[in-house]
Amino acid sequence: MPIHYYIFLSLCLFSIGIVGVLTRRNAIVIFMCIELMLNAVNLLLVAFSRMHQAAAYAIDHTSMAGAEAQLFVFFIMVVAAAEVTVGLAIIVMLYRNIHSVDINFLNRLKH
Amino acid sequence: MSINEILFWFLSTIAISGALLVIFSKNPVHSVLWLVVVFFAISGHYVLLNAQFLAIVNMIVYAGAIMVLFLFVIMLMNMNADQEPQKGKWMKMAGVISGGSLMLILVAALRYNQSTTGGEEEAGIGLIQNLGKILFSDFVVPFEISSVLFLSAMVGAVVLGKKEKEIIESDTINN
Repeated sequence: MPIHYYIFLSLCLFSIGIVGVLTRRNAIVIFMCIELMLNAVNLLLVAFSRMHQAAAYAIDHTSMAGAEAQLFVFFIMVVAAAEVTVGLAIIVMLYRNIHSVDINFLNRLKH
Repeated sequence: MSINEILFWFLSTIAISGALLVIFSKNPVHSVLWLVVVFFAISGHYVLLNAQFLAIVNMIVYAGAIMVLFLFVIMLMNMNADQEPQKGKWMKMAGVISGGSLMLILVAALRYNQSTTGGEEEAGIGLIQNLGKILFSDFVVPFEISSVLFLSAMVGAVVLGKKEKEIIESDTINN
């Protein structure tokens, strides 16, 4: 597979996530779009790790290059899981205070 | 067309159409379910890219745990499609145009690329055996630190989830 196929796929997913963040007003849907963008980046990292691995394999058939990138993606997933718990707790608290998850009501810092 | 290419196009179609349905469905529950579809498609891509361990982790952590958390929160709030606030037509159009132009610019910038992701060779990089060895030898410190991160996230979620009155009461009891 040419690497630019994966680059364009990740770009599509990332841009769809950005469009979702810009066009929706529901805080939970916006949060889901952020997760989508995070996954697009993960996919790109794994594709690059595969590219690196193929290049190293051509030189040395026992090389283990490319495993670091996969562990990097693993750590990104770990951090994302922690982030989601805190973010959802914030959204629940928000809902309790203003009885809505519409981000347009979140303008209190302006006043 | 090899089997890899067919699978690539199949999974890409699923991923992109699922992502579009995430942002265009009115009901947040449907959005969550389409996002699960997208995550499964991305897991399929991981398998194609020799990252079997990540495919499983993606399925368990994202499609399993995180999306269930989202579903729980949505059902706690009892949101319906008709309550869903909508942005104005112009704001939507501006959002779509800016997202689309970002994609256009990045595609134009990254167009010239000749590398490939390699052929069929199998070095077993993405298997649990290999990744586990590296994780528990070279990356042991970040791994342990991430456990502290999880603990702090748990504490933070509980503190945020408590009602403010309860927190104030427990403070006065402690003092």
